[in-house]
Amino acid sequence: MSEPVTQVAAVEVRGVDKVFETRSGNVQALEPIDLTVAAGEFVSLIGPSGCGKSTLMRLVADLDEPTAGTVEVFGKTSRRARLDQEYGIAFQQAGLLPWRTVAGNVALPLELHGEASAARASRIAELLDMVGLADFADRYPDQLSGGMQQRVAIARALAERPRLLLMDEPFGALDEMTREKMQTELVRISAETGAAVVFVTHSIPEAVFLSDRVVVMSPRPGRIREIVAMRLGAEAERAERTEELREERVFFDMVTAVREALHGGSPIGTGARGVETR
Amino acid sequence: MSAGAVTAATAPGRPKGMGPRTEATLRIVAPVAVGLIVLGIWQFLVSVVGVSDYLLPSPVSIIEELIASWDSIVQATLITGTNALIGLVLGSILGILLAAVAARWRPIDRMSAPVVAMLAVVPIVALAPVLNSMFGADSQFGRQAIATLASFVPVFLNTLRGFRQTVPVHRDLMRAYAASSGQVLRTLTLPTARPFILTGIRIASSLAVISALVAEYFGGPRGGLGSLISTSAASSQYARAWAYVVASIALGLVFYLATLGLERLLQRHTPQARRRP
Repeated sequence: MSEPVTQVAAVEVRGVDKVFETRSGNVQALEPIDLTVAAGEFVSLIGPSGCGKSTLMRLVADLDEPTAGTVEVFGKTSRRARLDQEYGIAFQQAGLLPWRTVAGNVALPLELHGEASAARASRIAELLDMVGLADFADRYPDQLSGGMQQRVAIARALAERPRLLLMDEPFGALDEMTREKMQTELVRISAETGAAVVFVTHSIPEAVFLSDRVVVMSPRPGRIREIVAMRLGAEAERAERTEELREERVFFDMVTAVREALHGGSPIGTGARGVETR
Repeated sequence: MSAGAVTAATAPGRPKGMGPRTEATLRIVAPVAVGLIVLGIWQFLVSVVGVSDYLLPSPVSIIEELIASWDSIVQATLITGTNALIGLVLGSILGILLAAVAARWRPIDRMSAPVVAMLAVVPIVALAPVLNSMFGADSQFGRQAIATLASFVPVFLNTLRGFRQTVPVHRDLMRAYAASSGQVLRTLTLPTARPFILTGIRIASSLAVISALVAEYFGGPRGGLGSLISTSAASSQYARAWAYVVASIALGLVFYLATLGLERLLQRHTPQARRRP
C-alpha cells in the first residue's frame, strides 16, 4: 500500500502488548505488535480463537489499555481519538438497545453527541437507506432478523461519518448466505464512505473478499505471523468487488495464500485449531 | 422476513386448539366462577347446614353490612389508602435513590446490604406500637413510616438488581461513544433496570397496604380500616368486621392493579426476549 506521505495513518500501533491479570496468573494476550493501517485502507485481522485479534481491536478502540506500547489513531492517542469520536464501532453482537426503535438506535450516537434533531432525522433516513432498512425505522430490534439487526448496528457505527470503522466479527453470528450479502454491502458502504476499516474475523474467504491487506495472527501469545497483501482489485476500485469475484481464480489463490500463512510452519490441525474455513 | 419473528414472539405457550379470544375470556370467567362457587358454598353452610351466623356471617349479611355502613367504610378506606399511598411513594423513591447510590459505589453497597437485610425482617407488629407512641396518638406519621419501610425493601432490592443487568456490549458501546456517566444512566442503566424497578413497586404496593392496615391495630388515631376491623371484632360485630375486610381486599387490589397497569403502560415496547443480544 503506497499512500501519500502527507496523509496521516488511520491506525498506528507501535510495540503494543497486553497482559491480562487473572486469578491463575498473568496471561500474555499479545506480544509486542507493530501495525499501520493507512487512511481508507481495509485491513482484516484473522487468526484462530485466542490469538488476540479482538484484544488488538479493543486496544485501538481504547476499550482496553495496552500494557506497553502506543496506539495512535489519526495521529492522536487512542484515548483522545475515542473522546473525539474518530471511529465507529460494531461488535459480533449487534448490541441494539431493545427498548429503542431502529431509528432510535441509529440516533443514539447522534443524540449523545448533541446533534440537532432536524439534522439527526435526515441523517437517520440517509443511513437506513444505505443499509436498506428505510421501511423498518419504527420497528423494534426483536422484530428484526439477525442480519437486519447487524445492518442497524453498522448504520449506527457509520452515523457520525467516522474515517475509521472498527468491526469485531460483525457477521460471525450470521448464516452463510446472509453473511455473503452483508460482505458485499460492506464493500459497497466502505467504498462509498472512504473510511478505513479494521475488521476482525476468523473466516478466510471473508477476509480475502473484503480486505486490502490481511493480517494473519497466531495464538499464545498473540502475535502477527504474516501480513498478506491482497491482489484483488488492486487495479480496480473497491466498489467493483462483486459476487463474481468469489468465483474467480485470483480469489482462490488469495484464499490459499492466507490459509498457508495461517497454517505456516506448524502442521495443519494443531497450529490452526478453531479456524473456520468459511 | 420479520413477520414470522413477530408472530413467533407473541405466542408464549398457549394451549393447543384455543383461540386468543377464548383464552382471554376463560382467564376472566374461570376465577369469577371459582369465586361464585366458594360464596355459594359459604352461604349454603350458613343458611342451610346451620353454621351459626354469629360465628361465620353469611355473604348476604356481609353485603348488607357493607351497604349499611358504606360511608364509614369509604372514609376508613380513604384514610388507610392515603397512608399506604404515601408510604408506597416515599418507599419507592427512597429505594430507587439508595439503589442507584449502592450500584454506583461498591462500599455503600457493602454497608447497606446488612442494614437492608435487617429492615426486611423488622416485624411491623413490633415497630408499630413504638412508632405510634413516638409520634403521638393523633398522628398518622407512624403508619406512613411503616408503610414506607415495607415498600422500601422490595423496591431497593429489585432496583439494585436491575442496575446490574447492563450487558458488556452495551457498556463497551457507551464507552466507545465517550458517554458521560449521566448519559449512561439515562440512556442505558435506567431503561435496563426499568422492568425490575416496576416489579419491585408492584410487590411493594401490596405490602404498603397490608402494613398500613396492620399498623392501625397498635394504637394511634382511630378511623382506618385496620382499627375498625379490630373494634368491630372486639365488640362481636363480625359481619361488620367482615365488611371492612372486604374493603381492605378491594383496597389492596386497587393498589396492585394500579401498579400492574403502570408496569404494562411503561413496558409496552419491551420485547419478550430481552436477553437476546
